[in-house]
Amino acid sequence: MYIYADNAATTKPSQTAIDAMVSCLKEVYGNPSSLHSAGQKAAEVLYQARVDVAQAIGADFNEIYFTSGGSEADNQAIRSAALTGARRGKKHLVSTKIEHHAVLHTLDKLENEGFEVTLLEVGPDGIVKVEDVEKAIRPDTALVTIMYANNEIGTIQPITEIAALCREKKVVFHTDAVQAVGHLPINVHDQQIDMLSLSGHKFHGPRGVGALYVRKGIPLRNLIEGGAQERGKRAGTENLPAIVGMAAALKEAVANMEENSKTVTALRDRLIKGLSHIDHSRLNGDPVKRLPGNVNFVFEGIEGESLLLLLDDKGIAASSGSACTSGSLDPSHVLLSIGLPHEVAHGSLRLSLDESMTEEDIDYIVNAVPEVVAYLRDISPVWEDLVKGDKDYVIQ
Amino acid sequence: MLYSEKVMDHFRNPRNLGKMEDASGIGEVGNAKCGDIMKLYLKIDDQGVITDVKFNTFGCGSAIASTSMATEMIKGKTVQEALELSNKAVVEALDGLPSHKLHCSVLAEEAVKAAVKDFYDRNGIPYDEKTLAASDMAEHAHDESGLL
Repeated sequence: MYIYADNAATTKPSQTAIDAMVSCLKEVYGNPSSLHSAGQKAAEVLYQARVDVAQAIGADFNEIYFTSGGSEADNQAIRSAALTGARRGKKHLVSTKIEHHAVLHTLDKLENEGFEVTLLEVGPDGIVKVEDVEKAIRPDTALVTIMYANNEIGTIQPITEIAALCREKKVVFHTDAVQAVGHLPINVHDQQIDMLSLSGHKFHGPRGVGALYVRKGIPLRNLIEGGAQERGKRAGTENLPAIVGMAAALKEAVANMEENSKTVTALRDRLIKGLSHIDHSRLNGDPVKRLPGNVNFVFEGIEGESLLLLLDDKGIAASSGSACTSGSLDPSHVLLSIGLPHEVAHGSLRLSLDESMTEEDIDYIVNAVPEVVAYLRDISPVWEDLVKGDKDYVIQ
Repeated sequence: MLYSEKVMDHFRNPRNLGKMEDASGIGEVGNAKCGDIMKLYLKIDDQGVITDVKFNTFGCGSAIASTSMATEMIKGKTVQEALELSNKAVVEALDGLPSHKLHCSVLAEEAVKAAVKDFYDRNGIPYDEKTLAASDMAEHAHDESGLL
């Protein structure tokens, strides 16, 4: 038995995506910039992929720029908007404390380069308040960038309201929608989103490819200089097989979104219900305003990496926000931002589901997790102190 | 793989796991905030030989494996010999640890020393603070350059 429950990290490519990629590799080997027919065939395939990706998010084809992934798209969107703002004397950027590192580290760099950054707090539910965004916006604000849905705790932000606010205040609005695209209905024009990042491998497409949507009229600056690919905004011969695979996967994900969402949400709620029986545990993030496939718990008295390794031994692939799994000494900034103390944040478990999973898979997880948690608590001096009453439980 | 076979073996099948009711000395080191706490129990006979060791650990795979290995390395040894256990020896016995996990081996060494110190304190045995200080290698274990 092997249950892959780490779909927020990456998804298994769909057969549709694989077929599209293989066929592209075999038959569409021309360079889309070449004038001969092999090149023009590739240009047509590239155009069609661009149309498909655009349609999936309600954009026009010429508002889509293909990138190497979500991180590049985030970097380019933020740097571009910051530089454009700076030329007009606007050097203030607004974001939240729970963004992905692709956003946070780009903002850190810009801060070192003389920009001022406001990182908004989120509530214990992991959701940013629209009125906090409104308060943070100043006459010199160049950009507001807020993720569509959080990668760790799955919370969905009020993006439509925030985008409308930014439009009204004439501030560029970017959203890192890497976790949302293909899973939640998105229409960038209706929702007044100016810039949006997406990544191919979060909806059963390939890794190493993504896209940046930039609304017509918003200036876009290059990260990568060179040839005239992507209308001069992103140099480098296009990774056509990956682009085609991403487009095919996204088209499929959007076509099946309603059905998949229903299936995955039901599995998610079954899993949440099952894990809630573990004492001194807590669901992180909002129970309703969350991605269909995201489950994130903390279990007091244990450490996440041990939990992951033992679950892997039982055939369950999951992830954690513990320090040990991040390679740093601090646990996840997202878990700390929603108010979890360090010692509890170490004991987190993220299970991210997809539509290929069954109720039997969920029930297997619901049986396995309490066994592993009980074992780790049994050998934990922290748990011993809690049981003895030497320390107070953080989670009742 | 992140971890060696040895580390995974000690993580999956920890040696000397458990608590001890009548311990001669107990050492608890680490900090829940940082994600690792080790608690080590020693049973020491009249000749100063460690006849039994038990441990409990809150922490990652390498923390559990490091404590397990340390208990194996000091069981049956004299207290003096146990004090000579270095984090480097624990790392070597585990066939290496990733550089950002070396602090786990440092904690294991410190846990042994803390348990011996507790034994000395309980029995009014005088000791030189220096012998209970972490070994030189330990001081650098948080350094990213690493040991191995």
